Amino acid sequence: MTAQEKLKHLYNRAGFGISIAHWQGHVHISKAVRHLLHPKMLHPLEVTNKEDWQSSNMKVLKMMEISVEERKARQKLFREKGAELNMDWLRQMIGEENPLNEKMALFWHGHFATHTDNPYFDQLLLQQIRTNALGNFGDMLRAVAQSPAMLQFLNNQQNKKQHPNENFARELMELFTLGRGHYTETDIKEAAKAFTGWSFNEDGHFELKEKQHDNTSKTFLGKTGNFDGNAVLDILLEQKQTAIFITQKIYRYFVNEESVDAQRVQLLAQDFYTSNYNIRSLMYAILSSDWFYDPNNIGAHVKSPIELLVGMNRTIIMDFKSDKTLINLQRVLGQQLFAPPNVAGWSGGRNWIDASSLVIRMQLSEAFFASKELHLEAKEPLDSEVTIEHKMQAHKKAQGERFKVGQVDADWADYLAFWTSYDEKELPRQLADYLLPVPISDESLANLYAFIDTTNKQTLIQSLTIRLMGLPEYQLC
Amino acid sequence: MNISRRKFIQLSSLASASMMVPKFLKAFERPGFPVTNGKILVVLQLSGGNDGLNTIIPYRNDLYYKARPQISIKRDDALFLTDDTGLNPSFTGIKNLFDEGNVSILNSVGYSEPNRSHFRSMDIWQTASQASELIATGWLGRYLDGAVCTDCNKSTLAIELDDSLSLSMKGENLKGLALRDINQFYRASKDSYLSKVLANEHDQKHQAKLAGYLYKTLRETVSSAEYVYEHNKAWIGTQTYPDTQLGKRMKTIASLILTQSETKVYYVSHGSFDTHVGQRNQQDKLFKQMDEAMMAFVAELKANNRFNDVLVMTFSEFGRRVGENASNGTDHGTASNMFFIGGGLKAPGIYNEMSDLNDLDQGDLKYQIDFKQVYATVLNRWLDTDPQKILGRKYDQLKFI
Repeated sequence: MTAQEKLKHLYNRAGFGISIAHWQGHVHISKAVRHLLHPKMLHPLEVTNKEDWQSSNMKVLKMMEISVEERKARQKLFREKGAELNMDWLRQMIGEENPLNEKMALFWHGHFATHTDNPYFDQLLLQQIRTNALGNFGDMLRAVAQSPAMLQFLNNQQNKKQHPNENFARELMELFTLGRGHYTETDIKEAAKAFTGWSFNEDGHFELKEKQHDNTSKTFLGKTGNFDGNAVLDILLEQKQTAIFITQKIYRYFVNEESVDAQRVQLLAQDFYTSNYNIRSLMYAILSSDWFYDPNNIGAHVKSPIELLVGMNRTIIMDFKSDKTLINLQRVLGQQLFAPPNVAGWSGGRNWIDASSLVIRMQLSEAFFASKELHLEAKEPLDSEVTIEHKMQAHKKAQGERFKVGQVDADWADYLAFWTSYDEKELPRQLADYLLPVPISDESLANLYAFIDTTNKQTLIQSLTIRLMGLPEYQLC
Repeated sequence: MNISRRKFIQLSSLASASMMVPKFLKAFERPGFPVTNGKILVVLQLSGGNDGLNTIIPYRNDLYYKARPQISIKRDDALFLTDDTGLNPSFTGIKNLFDEGNVSILNSVGYSEPNRSHFRSMDIWQTASQASELIATGWLGRYLDGAVCTDCNKSTLAIELDDSLSLSMKGENLKGLALRDINQFYRASKDSYLSKVLANEHDQKHQAKLAGYLYKTLRETVSSAEYVYEHNKAWIGTQTYPDTQLGKRMKTIASLILTQSETKVYYVSHGSFDTHVGQRNQQDKLFKQMDEAMMAFVAELKANNRFNDVLVMTFSEFGRRVGENASNGTDHGTASNMFFIGGGLKAPGIYNEMSDLNDLDQGDLKYQIDFKQVYATVLNRWLDTDPQKILGRKYDQLKFI
């Protein structure tokens, strides 16, 4: 494998695709890895803030106490702010500064999945996840456990001394740390007691409600004491199984989602544990290994809808006239940020692909950059009381969200400037090498020629790019 | 429940959340159940949480009127079903079907430890999981996994009328087909580029396994689209369908049923029933759309002598609270009712008593029938399968079909 191919694989997995600059730059792979692992300063995403929150009706938590108008205004505001946060984060992923940090944040966003429809809570949790994405897993776990988004999503406000709610304790072990089979139902019950009283106040700040907290002794994973929630998290981090579970999930996501090398995972997990859960070190070990670049691991990952949309946007900068198009596309393709299907996050891999999603994905480039129009309908969100009422008055027929994916304002300048220096005869092969993770044969490439506009070099480059992005291989990385 | 939960899903220690495949699903690696009996299931999902109490109205019960001073349905307005129960006034057509013996109504269907989040509760209904367990596949998807059909195209065995596929329809190995509009789907798949791309399949056959999978999916999609379109193109229906989203989709389902026999399951959604505000107006309108679409659909099937082969099943992720809220609406609740419409019902009418309004759980209805019993019944008595293989457990079946 050439150095360039290795770089492409690195940026595909540890980011959202390789930029022209990196493709032509001949950077040594070890330098690229170091660069990815040490992100520039993160730009915090703020669509709302504490003052807004306190002054607006956003903080009213009890829906029963507000009027119809207030309720509608609040829902509208939530929707707008939620869309803004979604787009702001997408822009960070598209940006050049911190591809690996954003990619890891997307991974943790699925790992610590919450669905609150509350943009302030989402923003707070996202900030924690982005800040700790390459940092210390324990720090991130502690921050997530005290975030209003997670406390609300897993009903920990209902976890009280008299009536413990085990939801958070269960998912904490099953999904966030140990994985199934490494704890007992008693461990869940005892851990739930330790988290009693963990709540948040009207301002969205973590709060321990002393009166609801169970101060009795608990026995958890073989240890006995008057544990509080933090002590339970510490005990979970003491378990080597936590390191194994997390390492395995990271391996599946970053290395190969179809086949996991258990022995390799054990070795990585051992170091991850010894490093006290240093995510950066773990990622360094993975990205700088030889096996990461093994041909078996190339093209062994189905791009998630976010990875696909961000990747296309990174190659050709697009300006969508309406944010709604991108959010609706996320919905139709099955991955809307801040709205995972359940607490287990997106199941990923082959699950992204079915008959209709594949055909839509393959037609996106033609819709974005050529004249094809895709008319799609996103399923009505389950909680769409306001929109439905509005819609029934406006146009009585539609219930789903109808939208059109049409041509966007695309900025081809840099891309064209780079590729024009290549000879026309070389371009098909060169562009295929750049855009696709796995090689395609001369014959397959020739099959595309009928769809290529050879009017001039610019149309040649553009139509080749559009068609290569429409191949099944482009769905992989 | 906790112990059985562990037994239910025993996984290897290294399995990650993304690979939650309950062990029972692996049963399908052995021969499954043949697809034979010509019966068709149409699932109508009422999205958003449909209020059961204003669907089937306990119009002799003062507690109902006390709990809902603003939004209750008056006895005179409700359509007569039995001495104790009336039907929402929008369902005039369904009322006739009920009188003809073509409707079964199950009351108080739900599950233990009900979840009031739309997303989670829908997940529970679509995967047929317990409230505290997570399953990554849908119940109809697992039906697909287990189905064995010879000389038929498995990718058209289950069709959802939509642009995106619901979790219900996603199995471990097989997925249903999502298509909103036959012609549009066909045009998309007939795209000359896609057809040309298919010729590249040989490239990836021995290369990356995943690329091979994508090409296989693409090939099946193109052939499904062609199959459905070819069978459908000459079809002219006899009925006029309402010009609503649901009307169009029911028309497509009818045409598919009447022009090809491969598809066993159709899936369609209607909503939103999230009636926190101004419930009467919204629910009654949605019901009217449903009634009109259903009437045209049923008339079409009857005219073609197929009504006996088709079973329509409705469900919603939850019902709503008994008491109304301050916005002339209702908030998220628990148990609700399910409708079964078809010519082949064994026990038409009201199948079981309505929930007891005297015996509430913190203002919510208690369930009497676990929805998984209903699924087991449909899977066994209608689709001729072993429901335990699909649901992972044995559930007592009901006797309405």
